[in-house]
Amino acid sequence: MFPFSFEWVWDMGHMVFHGGLWYALSILGMGMTYCIIKAVYDTATAKGGGHGDGHH
Amino acid sequence: MDSALIPNGVKRCSIGQFAVWIAINGAVLLWGLLALLLIYFKGLNQTNMNNAYGFALWIWADLAVIALGGGAFFTGLLRYIMGKDELKHIINYAVLIGFVCYSSALLILAIDVGQPLRAWFIFWHANVHSMLTEVAFCLTCYFGVLTIEYIPLIFENRQIERVPFFHHLAHNMHHIMALFAATGAFLSFFHQGSLGGVTGVLYGRPFGFRTGLLVWPWTFFLYTWSAAACGPCFTIFITRITEMATGKKLVKDNVIDLLAKIAGWMLATYIVAKIIDTWVWAAVTAPSLGFTLMDFYSNNPGSAYGLWILIAEILVCGVLPAVLLLAPGLRRNPPVLFAAVTLAVIGACLNRWVMVLQMQAAPVLSFEPWFTYFPSWQEIATTILPVAYGVILISLSYRYLPIFPQEPELNPIKGGQ
Repeated sequence: MFPFSFEWVWDMGHMVFHGGLWYALSILGMGMTYCIIKAVYDTATAKGGGHGDGHH
Repeated sequence: MDSALIPNGVKRCSIGQFAVWIAINGAVLLWGLLALLLIYFKGLNQTNMNNAYGFALWIWADLAVIALGGGAFFTGLLRYIMGKDELKHIINYAVLIGFVCYSSALLILAIDVGQPLRAWFIFWHANVHSMLTEVAFCLTCYFGVLTIEYIPLIFENRQIERVPFFHHLAHNMHHIMALFAATGAFLSFFHQGSLGGVTGVLYGRPFGFRTGLLVWPWTFFLYTWSAAACGPCFTIFITRITEMATGKKLVKDNVIDLLAKIAGWMLATYIVAKIIDTWVWAAVTAPSLGFTLMDFYSNNPGSAYGLWILIAEILVCGVLPAVLLLAPGLRRNPPVLFAAVTLAVIGACLNRWVMVLQMQAAPVLSFEPWFTYFPSWQEIATTILPVAYGVILISLSYRYLPIFPQEPELNPIKGGQ
């Protein structure tokens, strides 16, 4: 799973499979990190706060 | 009693009625859990799987719910990437249905894997030559995407939304939902495809084997295509059932019509590709491996797998619903639309059944008979378990979350709240 695992080989299979996995996990992780940090900031600065402002 | 949790502008049944409904489904859920515990404690000897059937009822159910859950990724793609704005009125429900389908698939896999404590090995000690590894990676990541898409709905509950942090978090998640939806579409393309690829690369089983493009057999593309076609049909199917159960109209006709029309085009193009694939397989691929078409559809016990199953899958549950969904006059007739999406859903399930179970039933050596299999009650109970779980989660979400944005407008409460 990681390049430092004993069974890791720098071949096309490992790079494509794990590259795709880490690419997807990175996007999800960074996206959620951004949302959480911004929510903390918005809450701290008391921005907006109205209810039912029609997401979807 | 729980009125403070119910969304504004909608009416729900009494808590007593709701509790009875949940209790009935909870009993089914407990039956499934009993079977699950038996399998966990006693092992896979509780199933009727054997050397011929390494994949059985669970894998069929898995592939079927993953195909039907495809409505979430495809509706998300249409809504967030292709800008079909009308679909914002049904995307919440598509996400919920997708969440139920994918969590069910993972639950079934957690039972089927036989040694759940080692389930993480597929990530840690990944076999990068296996399509199932790709399935495991994409399935898990996509379930993460669906969770991310479902969480803001929970935060929109009347009481939870009052907490500023959750309100802002939901808002921010909605703001970049296109990014998550695009990631979900990317993941779905590959795991739906790889599930088809698993059968298509089995060159030792001419019933399933297909030629293809580079490393991908044609079944790779057909599975993704059929999920994109039948997933939205399942979303419409469940929406209609919910409307019947609640006695309310929950989504406007123009939204359903748009989704049905797109599903119709996807289904029509899919079924043309499927017919071409079947013809090439029957006329070229299978004969090159020493089989004729009728070898796969005759001489089996009770003719359970006669030609009827091919006709049912392609014509009755493929061509017919595609025609019904493409003709505006037919599509806009509610009973016809319901029949069409029901057939499409059955078609997807039948396709997965054929590619998983008939593929293993068909003998590959001249002296072998057809292999038979009937699931044990433990397998049946654990396959029904996700259905009960899905009903409960959908019921809870419908009761407490603003799943259907058009519901207050379509069902005004006399005298206001």
